[in-house]
Amino acid sequence: MQTATDLATAAKMQSSRRHGQRPGRWSHWLLILAAMALSALFIGVPIAVIFTYALREGVAVYFSQIAQPATLHAIWLTVLTAIVVVPINMIFGICVAWLVTRFRFPGRGLLITFIEIPFSVSPIVAGVTYLFLYGSQGLLGPLLETYDIKIMFTVPAIFLVSLFVTSPFVARELIPLMQAQGSEDEEAAITLGASGLQTFFYVTLPNIRWALLYGAVLCNARVMGEFGAVSVVSGAIRGQTNTLPLQIELLFNDYNVTGAFAAASTLALIAVVTLVLKYFLERKQAG
Amino acid sequence: MSLFSKSSQRGILPGFSLTLGVTLLYFTIIVALPLLAMLYKSVNLGWTDFWTIISSERAVATYKITIGAALLATLFNALFGLLLAWVLVRYEFPGRRLLDAVVDLPFALPTAVAGLALVTVFSVNGWFGRYLEPLGVKIAYAPLGIAIAMMFTSIPFVVRTVQPVLEDVALDVEEAARSLGATNWQIFARVIWPAIFPAFIAGCSLSFARSLGEFGAIVFISGNLPFQTEVMSLLVFIRLDEYDYPAAAAIATVMLVLAFLMLFVTNSIQAWQLRYADRN
Repeated sequence: MQTATDLATAAKMQSSRRHGQRPGRWSHWLLILAAMALSALFIGVPIAVIFTYALREGVAVYFSQIAQPATLHAIWLTVLTAIVVVPINMIFGICVAWLVTRFRFPGRGLLITFIEIPFSVSPIVAGVTYLFLYGSQGLLGPLLETYDIKIMFTVPAIFLVSLFVTSPFVARELIPLMQAQGSEDEEAAITLGASGLQTFFYVTLPNIRWALLYGAVLCNARVMGEFGAVSVVSGAIRGQTNTLPLQIELLFNDYNVTGAFAAASTLALIAVVTLVLKYFLERKQAG
Repeated sequence: MSLFSKSSQRGILPGFSLTLGVTLLYFTIIVALPLLAMLYKSVNLGWTDFWTIISSERAVATYKITIGAALLATLFNALFGLLLAWVLVRYEFPGRRLLDAVVDLPFALPTAVAGLALVTVFSVNGWFGRYLEPLGVKIAYAPLGIAIAMMFTSIPFVVRTVQPVLEDVALDVEEAARSLGATNWQIFARVIWPAIFPAFIAGCSLSFARSLGEFGAIVFISGNLPFQTEVMSLLVFIRLDEYDYPAAAAIATVMLVLAFLMLFVTNSIQAWQLRYADRN
């Protein structure tokens, strides 16, 4: 364990050897001001507008909008999707990372590329692929119909596309870390007689826990915010298969602007919390 | 399979067959099968029908609009991203950490929320729109709005690819150049720029690829008019709504091929970047 930590610290020290200098000349300040002004305009204003519009008719109206049954149901469905999807993709991420960082085998490089495919596929295309697998026009459609199983336009369809869209998040965080840490610790544990599970829980997991949590936080943010893929497969049935992002669009199209912004503010809040957690987890990981 | 069972070459760690099995099974069910199902649907169309659909006037218009807006968004993000990376790495100033954290907001914020915020800001009565529309600059429900939506959702790519490489540009190389009489501009153009260039290009291509497939932010702001503000992903969605499944499959296949092409380009650039870093 000592060596892995030392290596990580050494790598960290090396990478942070460059410290920013104090801006000395006016041209430095000009660049800093330009970066800050553009960030405020393009990133700060959109987030500010959400909370301003959500609260512009007062706190009472805000909460009554969120307490609308359809919006409450959308919040519940969004949380439920995250509860189902995030743990499954954490397990998948751990499996992939263990496989590609602890073993060499033919096709390993190809597998690492393939795992990232969902990141390159448009959310709309992701939704469409599921439609053509499980939908009535799809490959498995006739088979599912004979057994009277309906997947498209139901809650399980939302779970499935969310699994697709967010499957690489955890693996992506774990692979570089576990690669850098090497497998000496685990080999030592096995040599000393520990079982595979003991080795994983007592040696590997403590080393990767912050990166694992970090991946889970990013995965969660994407699951809760996914719009395109879910809108294809959910059927957007009010009070049944509407997640929060879909509910925002529905309220907006109904000209209920305050309601749309109230719903959006809950997701924006999750985004802000995600960034705060990300910040602390990055520092934890750096030691 | 005999290749896989030689555990002697594999070291002493357990779990190879377990993790290989879980990974392949999960990947097949969740990722590969759906993709193959869609491709199968497209192939079943036959080449003539497929070509008729993807070369229709309305489809071609969406390619032009999508690619044009994505190029514009990527150009802006290239410059903005470079500026952000430079400022975050090179200077120590109050608010630097906050700025560093805020850069990730476009990835953390759901696209539907971003779209709602952007359309509100840029509409006639919005915070920006009320000043821009009298000047004749129309963004909400116009092609420029699509570019703005793409820009917002892909801001972090260039920053996050250039930042670590810029951190690694060795100080002593810069000092050597300075002691040999190089000006600031020469140091940037001859020492720093060549070092960060591959990462910069990789970031741009990631940003472009993401913009090509963007949907959530765009539907809110684009106005969704055929031939004017309709992007590829939106046309797929409209075809689905009309139960025109063959057309949806064909255009989605075009998007998938484009995505794989961009994945290949980005991977090649990153491989080049690694070789480049090794050489220096």
